[in-house]
Amino acid sequence: MAKLTINGQALEVDAPPDMPLLWVLRDLLKLTGTKFGCGIAQCGACTVHVDGTPLRSCMLPISAVEGRAVTTIEGVGATPAGRKVQQAWLDLEVIQCGYCQSGQIMSAAALLAGTPNPQDADINAAMAGNICRCGTYVRIREAIKYAAKAV
Amino acid sequence: MSLFDRLPTDAAAPSGPSRRTLLQIGAAAGGGLLVGFLVPFGQATGKVGDAPPGSLAPNAFIRIDPAGKVTLVMPQVEMGQGTYTSISMILAEELDADWGQVTFEHAPPSDALYANPMLGLQATGGSNSIRAWWTPLRKAGAGTRAILVQAAATGWGVDPAACRTEASQVIHDASGRRIAYGALTGRAAALKPPADPPLKSPSAFRLIGKPLKRLDTPAKTDGSAQYGIDALPPGVKFASLAHSPVLGGKVVQVDDSQAKAVPGYRQTVVLDDMVAVVSDHTWAAQRGLAALNITWDDGPNAGVSTALVRERLRAASLRKGVVAINVGDAAKALSHDPIEVVYDVPFLAHATMEPMNCTVQVTPGGCEVWVGNQVLARAQAVAAQVTGLPLDKVIVHNHMIGGGFGRRLEVDGISDAVRIAQHVDGPVKVVWSREEDIRHDLYRPAWHDRLSAHLKDGRIDGWKHVITGSSVLARWAPAAYVDGKDSDAWGSAADMPYDIPNLHVEFVREEPPGVRTGFWRGVGPAHNVFVIESFIDELAHKAGKDPVAFRLSMLDKAPRLQAALRLVADKAGWGSPLPARCGRGVSVQTSFASSVATVAEVAVDEEGAVSLRRVVCAVDTGIAVNPNTIVAQLQGGIVFGLTAALYGNITVENGRVQQSNFHDYRMLRIDETPPVEVYVIPSGEAPGGIGETGVVAAMPALANAIFAATGQRLRSLPVDRDLLAGRKSA
Repeated sequence: MAKLTINGQALEVDAPPDMPLLWVLRDLLKLTGTKFGCGIAQCGACTVHVDGTPLRSCMLPISAVEGRAVTTIEGVGATPAGRKVQQAWLDLEVIQCGYCQSGQIMSAAALLAGTPNPQDADINAAMAGNICRCGTYVRIREAIKYAAKAV
Repeated sequence: MSLFDRLPTDAAAPSGPSRRTLLQIGAAAGGGLLVGFLVPFGQATGKVGDAPPGSLAPNAFIRIDPAGKVTLVMPQVEMGQGTYTSISMILAEELDADWGQVTFEHAPPSDALYANPMLGLQATGGSNSIRAWWTPLRKAGAGTRAILVQAAATGWGVDPAACRTEASQVIHDASGRRIAYGALTGRAAALKPPADPPLKSPSAFRLIGKPLKRLDTPAKTDGSAQYGIDALPPGVKFASLAHSPVLGGKVVQVDDSQAKAVPGYRQTVVLDDMVAVVSDHTWAAQRGLAALNITWDDGPNAGVSTALVRERLRAASLRKGVVAINVGDAAKALSHDPIEVVYDVPFLAHATMEPMNCTVQVTPGGCEVWVGNQVLARAQAVAAQVTGLPLDKVIVHNHMIGGGFGRRLEVDGISDAVRIAQHVDGPVKVVWSREEDIRHDLYRPAWHDRLSAHLKDGRIDGWKHVITGSSVLARWAPAAYVDGKDSDAWGSAADMPYDIPNLHVEFVREEPPGVRTGFWRGVGPAHNVFVIESFIDELAHKAGKDPVAFRLSMLDKAPRLQAALRLVADKAGWGSPLPARCGRGVSVQTSFASSVATVAEVAVDEEGAVSLRRVVCAVDTGIAVNPNTIVAQLQGGIVFGLTAALYGNITVENGRVQQSNFHDYRMLRIDETPPVEVYVIPSGEAPGGIGETGVVAAMPALANAIFAATGQRLRSLPVDRDLLAGRKSA
């Protein structure tokens, strides 16, 4: 049994230690907000926070997150940066199909938590790992700057 | 206590409505009101959505329950284009529903009830959701409003014309009375909506034209939105599958002895054309699949390559095609000094962010399917066909769609999943790996174009365009493919906006060996406008004309497009100086009944790397139902088109697709994406289509900008850096 802490809740799951966190979240814990996109950490749809750091859960074995705090899209609204990013996404109407947006929001929230006033270069560095096939990048950039200004 | 508790009740008594009226309107047993109307396709049969039991309706989009809740049933699917919000706005506008209180639900599968009026089947594609449903849904809303008003007026004993509606209430100003729609449902259900209710004047619109917030986005910010891939029916198992690496190959033999050792492994399903491993979770399914030893029969396509496909297209392009349009005498106009060019575009994958997936449970008496799909009735039909069950034993739950782009106009993934589920006890979720998704797509066709034109007095006086490639329409809608005519393959070519006196366009159908083709965002028009607008640019330079002025001079028959072109040239600073190695390119289009003019600005370095500096776009799409959605669709569509132009290229070698995932089938990323400015031109015309227009716009504007920056004309896509760096010639 692996001991995990997901969104502040301590859990035990019966899963092999090499099982990627993504499938533990989605298939075993029914936390389906974290998405599968590529399986090789190329698209960012599966981004979660581990002790506040954005990581791609599709290639992250659960053995690597035991004893660490995992935050998913379902829980990120409880953090100040996550809440601001979610509201900015709504206020600026960022989302289209929405499938990648869990990952976009997680990457953006981690950026804002560490860099309260990100410049374009910071946004590029933090967000270039997240693909959006609907092409919402223009609004993602605007919304991150907007969230940074939000109280 | 409703107001009617104080009123005589005879208006809704059984003597009122005829049986026929009841059949047509449907008095909801739960006290709700169901209203629909007949669209030109399909007959009045069946129930509607989750309507209360006992309801009858010819077709229904609006449900009002006695508590006043307004539920709108969405005949088109939501895949990011914003249609749930726009459709709801149209219905709520004419219904005068309280926008803050409306909710929506997915329509169930039914061609009879929800056939798209422009397509004749329940399909979301072709950027036509608003074009197709604009008038029918306004009538549905207005007809519902009319019977609510009548019900209230009868109850009050006043003239319906003296009543007005607002925010889900009927109001009689003279007496100061008002009543909520919810309190009128029982009485209104007995009334017959007028066949042709008066529609609002656009000046009276309260919702249409406003940038209202999308209804689907709150659930998409907190992870609660349910896509097909999120379905978890009780007891669900998880499957990974493999198709033959060689397109069209078959399974010969499978050794699953090592897979059985994977913890969580349940079973292997071997079918003639694929193998699946079913497990307790996806990780075990993926590991189990990787542990299989599968022997494949490569079949007839083992020799297929991109080079072979291209050669066949080239050879076929010399054949006589089916004439799309013939005006004047192009042959004569082109009889001396024609300018002749050849263009090529590649196969493209859809690469929806949500990989192909489908969850199915097959039982002896039924089949239940959880999926997000653009052709819901076909989804139901294919499950019925595979299982041999009657249609009414197949339940399909539609979901939010994590990117469609035409990929989910197909039901191959549903057929696969049902065939697997037939061998599994209980529900099974089949999820394709990204590699399967890229390698077993139905690709945007590769096309080959021969064009010739003749210039006279600085204008084009002769034009011939021969389009050669696959006909997606012939496979997807054979009934619409008559005498070899393919309105998609020649879309935006046969009907291009320029005033050219001698015009001839032909289509030669040539199917690529082994490679399945399908619709794709922008499909025929995106290809044709790239080719045409690139060649127009070539001709402008041959004629010694400015590319904007050259276009304007031939657009007298397209004043809306002319206006868009003038606006975009102004906003983009057309003609103003740029740094070295930078250029601007322009393109125009009337695809999907929207007039769009676009300017792209790029820099190209000495290594051939293209930097996108800015894209500016002006659009006249008629009445802009939700302007914010229109801007979003153009911004996103332009990114989609830039992605294809810069990177999109599916190639085949030895019958195998060579790309597999986002490292070798690249997407534009945020650090490469330029600012995109969109200007929506106010218009009172009927709404045009918008979802695919940005894709169409981006490719030629980019190619023409690269020409302006480098002098290098791109007659094939994707952009070839070696060509731009001078490391090779065209």
